[in-house]
Amino acid sequence: MSNSFHIVVCAGIVPDPLQTLEPNIGPNGPALKNEMMLPAVLDPWAASALYEAANLAAQCPGSKVWLVSLGPKAKLQQVMMTIAQKVTFELVPVDGPIGGFADAHATAAVLAATISALPGLDRSRLLLFGGWESASRGAGVTLQLIGERLGISDQFQGIDQIAVRADGSFETLERVEGGRHQVSICAGAPAVLGWATGDLPEPRNNPQVGMSNMRTLMPALQKAKTAKLAAEGLHYVSANLPRQQRTTRVVKDLATDEIAADVVAWIGAE
Amino acid sequence: MSAETKTGQTPLDVDRQSIEVDIACAGFGPAMGGFLTTLTRAWNENPTDPAFESRVMPGMPLQVMCYERADDLAAGVSGVVTLARGIRGSFPDLNPSEIPMACEVRQERVFYLMDPHGASRRSVALRLGDMVLRGAGSVLRIRNHAFELPWTPGFLHKRGGIVMSIGQFNQWVASQLMTSGFVQIWPGTPVDTPLFDRRAVSGLHLSDQGVDKQGGPTESYLPGMDIRAQLTVIGDGPVGALGQALDERIGLPEGHHRHEWALGMKFVIELPETQESDPTLSPGTVWHTFGYPEPEIFGFLYVHPDRLVSVGIFIPSWLSDPTRTAYRYLQHFIQHPALWPQLKDGTLRSWGAKSLEESGLHGEPFLTGDGFARIGEGSGSTNMLTGSGVDEAWMTGVQLGESVIELLRTSKPFTQQNLAATYEERRRASWVEHGARQAKNARTGFQGGFVRGLMGMALAGLSGGRLGFNGYIPPPEKQIRRFSSQVEKLKVRDAARLAIEDGRPLHDALLSARGWPEIPFDGRLLMSHQDALLMGGKVQAMPGFADHVVFRDAGFCISCEEKTCIAMCSGQSITLGPGGLPTFEREKCIHCGACLWNCAHNPGGEHTNIEFKAGSGGLHSAEN
Repeated sequence: MSNSFHIVVCAGIVPDPLQTLEPNIGPNGPALKNEMMLPAVLDPWAASALYEAANLAAQCPGSKVWLVSLGPKAKLQQVMMTIAQKVTFELVPVDGPIGGFADAHATAAVLAATISALPGLDRSRLLLFGGWESASRGAGVTLQLIGERLGISDQFQGIDQIAVRADGSFETLERVEGGRHQVSICAGAPAVLGWATGDLPEPRNNPQVGMSNMRTLMPALQKAKTAKLAAEGLHYVSANLPRQQRTTRVVKDLATDEIAADVVAWIGAE
Repeated sequence: MSAETKTGQTPLDVDRQSIEVDIACAGFGPAMGGFLTTLTRAWNENPTDPAFESRVMPGMPLQVMCYERADDLAAGVSGVVTLARGIRGSFPDLNPSEIPMACEVRQERVFYLMDPHGASRRSVALRLGDMVLRGAGSVLRIRNHAFELPWTPGFLHKRGGIVMSIGQFNQWVASQLMTSGFVQIWPGTPVDTPLFDRRAVSGLHLSDQGVDKQGGPTESYLPGMDIRAQLTVIGDGPVGALGQALDERIGLPEGHHRHEWALGMKFVIELPETQESDPTLSPGTVWHTFGYPEPEIFGFLYVHPDRLVSVGIFIPSWLSDPTRTAYRYLQHFIQHPALWPQLKDGTLRSWGAKSLEESGLHGEPFLTGDGFARIGEGSGSTNMLTGSGVDEAWMTGVQLGESVIELLRTSKPFTQQNLAATYEERRRASWVEHGARQAKNARTGFQGGFVRGLMGMALAGLSGGRLGFNGYIPPPEKQIRRFSSQVEKLKVRDAARLAIEDGRPLHDALLSARGWPEIPFDGRLLMSHQDALLMGGKVQAMPGFADHVVFRDAGFCISCEEKTCIAMCSGQSITLGPGGLPTFEREKCIHCGACLWNCAHNPGGEHTNIEFKAGSGGLHSAEN
């Protein structure tokens, strides 16, 4: 079995988590206030998947990485100027609505159709990568649904590591309860891997990588197809941000045990 | 890389990747927006024009690369009101509503703010003047400790202009530029130094990554790449590393110096829906203020669409008090009775600060040289009489863009002579230069006091620059008054003790020690500086870069009593460390550059004791 893979990374863009996010009701249902105004980043979970994909491709000669991303073209373009400096990939942009509150089924349908239409994709060597969570309104099921639509039954979620064996099979570390990892061995591609954080640092910005990606990036963005997400029957009762509370106290010279007790009491109070 | 390519530090002797492009640009702000827009427009009109064929990649379009330090092109810091003459020249059909947070100027007002607390450092003459104003309150319609000027001086007017957020404007411009595919703009990429070939510039050198705080390589070391170019365009702002390196290498023109600075700091506040119908703060409203929280501190309030307000102050280098601070002053400013009724129910959405180079023509560097040209604020384009910089910066970029196109079409190289004959000629003949000449001595009077400064501004403004005060402007470190009296020294010690005991920042304690009332934190609009960093500013720094703020001689810092660098640090990234030595935390730095000119010591030359180098990260706020 060949050890080269066709790795398709599904990665959305989300508002820079450092921004002030505020849900509101727009003309098309729940939205984030001023979302088009806010800078966006690649969803951090999916970004881990992209870096792991690039690392795996470098270890397995003959492999190729596609990055499939659904979002407003202008925002995708902006995000790519940062991401494109980090690792080599071929961008497959789909011009669509920003961010979340979209139906995971509708999103999965668009992405699965896009992946199916990728020229040169060998589905027997396909590893479908993505984040097992999203930093923005993720239903946590989109990647699984894409896998289902593509007929891939080997699915792993919460991956922190992959090790490819000489025979093309691979071993994964999956996060399970209790802070442990489950070791799984898969006979080989095709498979779906939903990544947790992985164990690679964020790659440095490399202008040469950026210039190399740029040859295909802008033409791809210019040719990006527009997708409409079917949302019939979808109704949101409410949308809220996770509750955040910042309470600052300045306490000096506290013993370690006292700090620990304070934190435990605080967690208990939550 | 050879040793001659860098200044100010010893280069690491490693193999560096090098690429060749046609035009390399440092910094993406309004000036670079104007430059790249002009180039892109011309290329779009005829992409097959042979003038736009790359010299380094024959058969391809010109290779134009722009490198920006900030993590996002929307992370610019400035809420501005601008006449937008240059910007409208590039976009004749500009509809401000296409740009988030932008709208046309509808009304302008000017207020003199009196001190309701009696804590500001007002001269006897000014206190007397205030008494007279208060005494004539009903006649002069003094309300809320404020006197509204019956008219806005012509030189301050922005009639027909635009209120906007620079972050949003940059994002809007960049989006259009990158759609063309002609230019590449790379954020998150600080530029370290120019590549020098004697006095010529042959490109730029990107910062090393994977290094420790001192710049030493770690396991993930990635040497900064050399970008070689026929033309290097320097638009990295007033505290940019390239501009500083050039000034260091080739000096400033005879008699020129950069002695006038200011720190602009502002909040972006969202007003409650109940104020939507309040005509006082309708979109496009512009307020200019002076007199409070200190007489020398000018303030502003700009109203954007969607109930967003930019409100801020400028702390000038000629505010001689070494306990100068911006954040606490800004909190007092928004609580002034003339502003607070409108703002008190608002919510802080964002916060930011930046240094402004206010020397104008006095500080203009060599605009061109063999292989390089300088544009924007770092080239001395800001007009301090009209309080306008964005439009001027944009225009210098346009002028360079037009000049580059002319040189490309006539196949002339980017020599100093050719750039001077095109770019400098255009600039000298333009309204940018005309305005700069009018503004040249408009602020000199402030060296002699607040009232004299106002008179100087008025004279220069009303006479078109023909009248005004001449005079020597000392370097910024000489403008910082030393703590001379025992009373002052005791106050500083009291404040330092309070800061240590109470865990509060030194600058905060200093203002309390001087009689300013405590800030009634509400966690929504009035909050601690640290909370503003977390809630309103959003600072981040990529790991793997060296510290960009360096204290040159620790001995000066230890013996320094004023510690103005700590008081003026916008992000509280400079704090008092053990043994009296300031410590720097890169992760909290918002790159305002205030430390560069807020050091009271000069170990030699034009330097203060603080070096401000190329660095990564900064504010992530897009509403600034």
